[in-house]
Amino acid sequence: MQFFLEVLIGGLLSGVLYALVALGFVLIFKASGVFNFAQGAMVFFAALTFVGFTEVLPGWTGLAEGGAVVFWLAFVLALVSMVVLGIATEKIVLRPLVNQPPITLFMATIGLSYLVEGIAQGIWGANVRGLELGIEDVPIEYMMEHHNILISSFDLFAAALAGVLVGSLALFFQYTKVGRALRAVADDHQAALSIGIPLQHIWAIVWGVAGFVALVAGLIWGARNGVQFALTFTALKALPVLILGGFTSVPGAIVGGLIIGASEKLAEVYVGPFVGGGIESWFPYVLALLFLLVRPEGLFGERHIDRV
Amino acid sequence: MSTEATTAGVRADPYLSINNIEVIYDHVILVLKGVSMSVPKGGIVALLGANGAGKSTTLKSISNLLRAERGDVTKGSIEFKGARVDQMTPNDLVRRGVVQVMEGRHCFGHLTIEENLLTGAYTRRASGAEVRNSLDLVYNYFPRLKERRKSQAGYTSGGEQQMCAIGRAIMANPEMVLLDEPSMGLAPQIVEEIFEIVKDLNAKEQVSFLLAEQNTMVALRYADFGYILENGRIVMEGEASELADNEDVKEFYLGLSSEGRKSFREVKHYRRRKRWLS
Repeated sequence: MQFFLEVLIGGLLSGVLYALVALGFVLIFKASGVFNFAQGAMVFFAALTFVGFTEVLPGWTGLAEGGAVVFWLAFVLALVSMVVLGIATEKIVLRPLVNQPPITLFMATIGLSYLVEGIAQGIWGANVRGLELGIEDVPIEYMMEHHNILISSFDLFAAALAGVLVGSLALFFQYTKVGRALRAVADDHQAALSIGIPLQHIWAIVWGVAGFVALVAGLIWGARNGVQFALTFTALKALPVLILGGFTSVPGAIVGGLIIGASEKLAEVYVGPFVGGGIESWFPYVLALLFLLVRPEGLFGERHIDRV
Repeated sequence: MSTEATTAGVRADPYLSINNIEVIYDHVILVLKGVSMSVPKGGIVALLGANGAGKSTTLKSISNLLRAERGDVTKGSIEFKGARVDQMTPNDLVRRGVVQVMEGRHCFGHLTIEENLLTGAYTRRASGAEVRNSLDLVYNYFPRLKERRKSQAGYTSGGEQQMCAIGRAIMANPEMVLLDEPSMGLAPQIVEEIFEIVKDLNAKEQVSFLLAEQNTMVALRYADFGYILENGRIVMEGEASELADNEDVKEFYLGLSSEGRKSFREVKHYRRRKRWLS
């Protein structure tokens, strides 16, 4: 039982990270109808830019290496780069393609993902780096002593951070004027235009926020697995999350992330041994496939409202 | 002397004026072939015509939603309160007080009625209290919306959606509303209800209306002035009452005839040319 709990909690905590990346997809998909294949590349770009800045900043400014000042300065610079990248993408790549079919936009973002990966590695180099957030990856003592369960304090911290971010974005969507406008644009571009909502501003905001989300996800994942090219593939784990949760739902991205995180770890531990192990990497896709058969719009996806 | 004064007066007066515009979609499809019309301040003007005559295109060229459909005003000009508006973004135009209610309602289906209305105030730099006031004003004109305020707009009836769309436009605090086909797909009783409210808004809130309608009978009853559009040209214009009495309008748009009832067998071979084409 304790072992089960340990696996479950570990899975849920990593699920929050999937949710975070999925959120980046949902934001853009909701507001502009673009499935942004480059989201994974953006996560990679963000993490690499942050690490790059922490490396070069001490040389430029004479600040102590590994200090808090360097950390936050690098964070701000990386954030600015991400927002600029997001807005530039909207302006340069997607605006000229307004009114084109979704598949064209999708192809454009595939191209974009190669470009973003290339630019990131061109600037900062392609070698694998470590990323230190200052939180140790050790089991929490309290849980060990009292319940005999191993929970990583890093996982807990990452989950809490992602949880706060996800929660505040959900509130932003639901209760602010801009959030409402975002949802309006997601529903009907033309009607939004007709009442004077400037689509370009809204899209710029969305891409900026997606850039921010990519940065947070990149930092957390980079700290856990190292900043390397594989980060772009890890981000694709968001796909089954989206299929489960629905492409247009913020709560769906969260719940989907948790389900995927928990089920892949549980499956690895309990089902894995029967089929030779290593099923963690593909199990989510199987789950998503099964889910597609039952409920194609996802758990929380917006159903098409059809009036008869 | 008096003529000069009147000309000057007329020139200063038109509130919204469209001067000989030509609209082409996709660089090839010529839809409007030189349309001129004007709407006075505080008026209700009806733009009538059959399917495909160019009514919606005219409204969209005013509200600048044309470009989103790859249409372009290639000739002529559109002025609102003396300033050219044909190259403005819809956002600027809404700020200046011109809002379009699109054909087919176009409510935000997944937002509640109240959220729909609130999005209408997006362009306003208004305080929460002012927006609240506008919301109350809209609920005052459309009591049905107040009842349904927590429902998702997609699940409300067609009439409620039309009301929601008009209410949403009113939330922008407009001087002029371009109303495209408000009667589409609605029961005659609801159509009357909506037109009554439009008349009311016009009288009490001093909102001018330009409405495109196929339902000539109702439109002429509520409008002051009317234009008839056919194949991208204005073929007739006049006071609403004059138009309603005109023999041709009666025959072609109202289905009435001076010869009284006709049998449908005759109607089939009925090919008289409209007088305005000769």
